[in-house]
Amino acid sequence: MIRRQILRYTPNQRTNHWLVAIFFLMAALSGLALFHPALFWLSNLFGGGPWTRILHPFMGVVMFVLFLGLVIQFFRANFFISNDRLWLRRVGRVIQNEEEGVPPIGKYNPGQKLLFWTLLLCMLVLLFSGLVIWRAYFSEYFGITAIRWAMLLHALAGFVLVLSIIVHIYAGIWIKGSVSAMVHGWVSRAWARKHHELWYREVTRDEHPERPISKKG
Amino acid sequence: MASQDIIARSATTTVSPSVRNQEEVAKLIDTTKCIGCKACQVACSEWNELRDDVGHNLGTYDNPQDLSAETWTLMRFTEHETDAGNLEWLIRKDGCMHCAEPGCLAACPSPGAIIKHANGIVDFDQDHCIGCGYCITGCPFDIPRISQKDHKAYKCTLCSDRVAVGLEPACVKTCPTGAIVFGTKDDMKEHAAERIVDLKSRGFANAGLYDPEGVGGTHVMYVLHHADTPVLYAGLPNSPTISPLVELWKGVSKPLGLLAMGLAVLAGFFHYVRIGPQLVEEDELPILKDPAVHEVDPAVHTFDPRGEDRP
Repeated sequence: MIRRQILRYTPNQRTNHWLVAIFFLMAALSGLALFHPALFWLSNLFGGGPWTRILHPFMGVVMFVLFLGLVIQFFRANFFISNDRLWLRRVGRVIQNEEEGVPPIGKYNPGQKLLFWTLLLCMLVLLFSGLVIWRAYFSEYFGITAIRWAMLLHALAGFVLVLSIIVHIYAGIWIKGSVSAMVHGWVSRAWARKHHELWYREVTRDEHPERPISKKG
Repeated sequence: MASQDIIARSATTTVSPSVRNQEEVAKLIDTTKCIGCKACQVACSEWNELRDDVGHNLGTYDNPQDLSAETWTLMRFTEHETDAGNLEWLIRKDGCMHCAEPGCLAACPSPGAIIKHANGIVDFDQDHCIGCGYCITGCPFDIPRISQKDHKAYKCTLCSDRVAVGLEPACVKTCPTGAIVFGTKDDMKEHAAERIVDLKSRGFANAGLYDPEGVGGTHVMYVLHHADTPVLYAGLPNSPTISPLVELWKGVSKPLGLLAMGLAVLAGFFHYVRIGPQLVEEDELPILKDPAVHEVDPAVHTFDPRGEDRP
């Protein structure tokens, strides 16, 4: 008996995702330390206030560059398709774990697609506003009004990003099987058909029964 | 000993010790008496042991060109032609205004890096400074500077070390014309009022005191000949306030942001508790059998007494 599984993420994609996650965690914790006094204690995780100030922008830039890797690999699968509109209208049912009337969707559901584009927008805003307020290297090239706008936008984009990632993490906890998809790469056929039916049909269209493991095993 | 005279700390959301009732001090700079000798700059540099790099002459008397981490006060010279065609040489000693509602303190993310004393002096504690430069963003007067040596923010301390032991600031002590005076804020306002009466009697109809309301008043005040247009004095803001962008960035939006993040986590938790996880029942799809594998031992024959399977 073989439980034939489907590869959802390649080892490179998984590595890329988790590197982004690690750098996001560090950039977010150090950013939150400067976001509000109630969280300044987080700066102790990075060796104190000055180290937090020094490290945060570098962690952010590394996160951005790694995130671009994800964008290049996944942006095609994140264009909206016609079923997405109906799915979004019936998102209430999705949240209630109801399946009736929820249209089949592709490799990513519209919620994931919205998240993808939101993350991309936040990352771009964070990068450019972050450069403007990076005192050690770039702030001297900008006027005070630009710096004030950048401060505001940076905090806003950081807030939206953290909020989006909270939703993203919870979705992983909620939808059983999605964390393991990103950890070891495989999903069951039933999972693929239940959550991403169009993608399931696409990847199984011309299939021959094959073992899911590669020759290297 | 606890510092009971610190009445406001940066990045601190509770009330600081405030039972002591100290009199507010102020430095009054009378631009109408200033001769631009820069003795105050030298006194500041001597008392605070600051030695800025020698800069370049760019064709004005401003020397150095701008404030820096090692230049906490600076004479700014403006040649102003009046409507009557007279040339006026407006000289303003620039430096920290020690606002009653300091934008730098509001913007600072590091607890205690910027403090306000009960006497009104706004001071930077470089020990707690993390070098982020948010104070520069918050300041309506463009005063704080980050040192490129240690990446800490610096500005005029109003000689808080001298004032604490009953001395006047170094610039006040050295000023040869009495253009800079120091005392309680009330006394300085009174002194300014006398000066303004005198100036008005001598033809400066718009003479007045610069103690801008937008920042709650300042503990460094100017007597100006043209108090109706402070911006003449090398860009002194007409009505300085903490920028609305900074207010939005540092005001109510961040506690609300934290609340939203907390609520998002809670919403997830209760969604899980009430609605539960999305599980895939694996037998929704029959598990495909590999035809190459015989699941029944071919050596075992099933007995069929009625022979119904036989052809």
